[in-house]
Amino acid sequence: MVRFENVGLRYGMGGEILRDITFDIAPRTFQFLTGPSGAGKTTLLRLILLALPPTRGLITLFGKDSAELDKPGLTALRRKVGVVFQDFRLLDHLTTYQNVALPLRVQERDEASYRSEVMELLGWVGLGERMHVYPPVLSGGEKQRAAIARALIMRPQLLLADEPTGNVDPSLARRLMRLFLELHKSGTSVVIATHDLALMDQFDGARRLVLGDGRLHIYD
Amino acid sequence: MDEHSAAFPSRPPAVEDEWSQTPLVPAETVAGRALAIVIAIMTFLAALTAGFAIVLADASRDWRGAVGVEMTIQVTPRAARDIDADSAKAASIAAAFPGVAEARAFTRQQSEELLAPWLGAGLDLSQLPTPRMIVVRRDPQKKLDEIGLRAALDAAVPNASLDDHGAWMQRLDTMAQVVVGAAVAIFVLVMIAMALAVGFATRGAMAGNREIIEALHFVGAADSFIARQFQFHFLRLGLRGGAAGGGAALLLFLLLGFLSRQWTTSAGGEQAEALFGSFSLGWSGIVAIAAISLTVALIAGLMSRIIVFRALGEFYDVKD
Ligand SMILES: Nc1ncnc2c1ncn2[C@@H]1O[C@H](COP(=O)(O)OP(=O)(O)O)[C@@H](O)[C@H]1O
Ligand SMILES: [Mg+2]
Repeated sequence: MVRFENVGLRYGMGGEILRDITFDIAPRTFQFLTGPSGAGKTTLLRLILLALPPTRGLITLFGKDSAELDKPGLTALRRKVGVVFQDFRLLDHLTTYQNVALPLRVQERDEASYRSEVMELLGWVGLGERMHVYPPVLSGGEKQRAAIARALIMRPQLLLADEPTGNVDPSLARRLMRLFLELHKSGTSVVIATHDLALMDQFDGARRLVLGDGRLHIYD
Repeated sequence: MDEHSAAFPSRPPAVEDEWSQTPLVPAETVAGRALAIVIAIMTFLAALTAGFAIVLADASRDWRGAVGVEMTIQVTPRAARDIDADSAKAASIAAAFPGVAEARAFTRQQSEELLAPWLGAGLDLSQLPTPRMIVVRRDPQKKLDEIGLRAALDAAVPNASLDDHGAWMQRLDTMAQVVVGAAVAIFVLVMIAMALAVGFATRGAMAGNREIIEALHFVGAADSFIARQFQFHFLRLGLRGGAAGGGAALLLFLLLGFLSRQWTTSAGGEQAEALFGSFSLGWSGIVAIAAISLTVALIAGLMSRIIVFRALGEFYDVKD
């Protein structure tokens, strides 16, 4: 569902941060995207999100060449991809419930038609009691789970999570990872960017995409 | 619709409010009162211009209506001609002419009365070579061949001349057109200035809400949806500003109308009324001002929409 061919990226006039990146993300797969801090993990996720055009190379998403996407195409694509940002990007003036419901609201669906669905998901990530609270009041772990719930509410075909365990204690980290695995089992492709080697060691069998010196090494 | 319902963390919402759809772009982050005041002032000026143009156009129509149905024949005295006979003859020719409803010659006495205010009473006009006037009233249902009437008069009474007030009407027309043209120009300028102000404010609001826009993009919002979030605020600001400005203009015209009615009952007021009409806007004026206020709101909403679309087009990269 995601295909990179010889993709290169530089920011402005700087050197290439990513060079000759070639890989595939198949449906219903689970993988880590790893590498030291500053290796370009976040940058690679932004390329997948089309938040950033590649300097060279070809990116194909759900069978479509990214360079030929128009605005409606981009919007349609983003509705198939759930993303958990490193800094969450929750909207502080909306309640947790409203934040999680946002992907449905922007599709102009009637609030009553999805309320129970959102509440169920909030319960599932353990935020049932916090749904009418605003993000600034939430703890780091609660924000993390709210961001994850927002990424999941649309049942995306692809989930991208950037350092989803970076702000939480080890036991919550394990719980969140189990959540991602469950999601994977239910049919979603999952990409988790992390530089936490200990975390990956707990999920030994998973595929690893390792960034170093701007290049990507794949360990299946 | 209350902008304060966009509750913030410090102020938890009331229980029945919990499910309410908070605006995605907080009202507080959109240029508020200052822009509403700018819009109100612009609307006021536009409504004022339009109102004066309407009052003047009405007045000029009244003049034209009054002047247009009347013509005058002036019979100048000549040596060796009997002015009374000439006057009577010209009047009878005019009266018999097709399209003329009535031709009334002023008698010597009536002419004296007409001139009395200027020349003093008790004047013996027979000593003076004063012209005689014949007032010709057109039949508004029929066409009057003015050239034919002029020729007929010329042939029978060479010292009679027909004045159809054409030059006067022409000037009046020109003046009314100039005033209406100027009003339209001012109106257009004011609208452009207002649209620009809204455009700047929209850009500011978008810059201030960049993170919200990004988040909306990533959760799959279409540009049109995002544009609507901003448009909503600017339409509301426009409605508020437009209503205030239009309302103020209406009040001013009501006041002027009231004052002009006071004046007409006093001496000297008649001239003012003759010039400006009764200064009442009438229904058409009220409707026009309401339409202007609504147009202002629509322009504000539309302008913000256009600006958001344009800005979103440039919006590809995200801030880190
Ligand atoms: N917007 C940007 N402009 C310029 N350089 C950037 C930008 N974002 C990231 N970088 C640089 O790109 C490199 C990779 O960053 P990033 O993708 O965030 O790495 P990671 O997520 O693996 O820590 C870093 O050297 C960082 O300084
Ligand atoms: Mg990163």
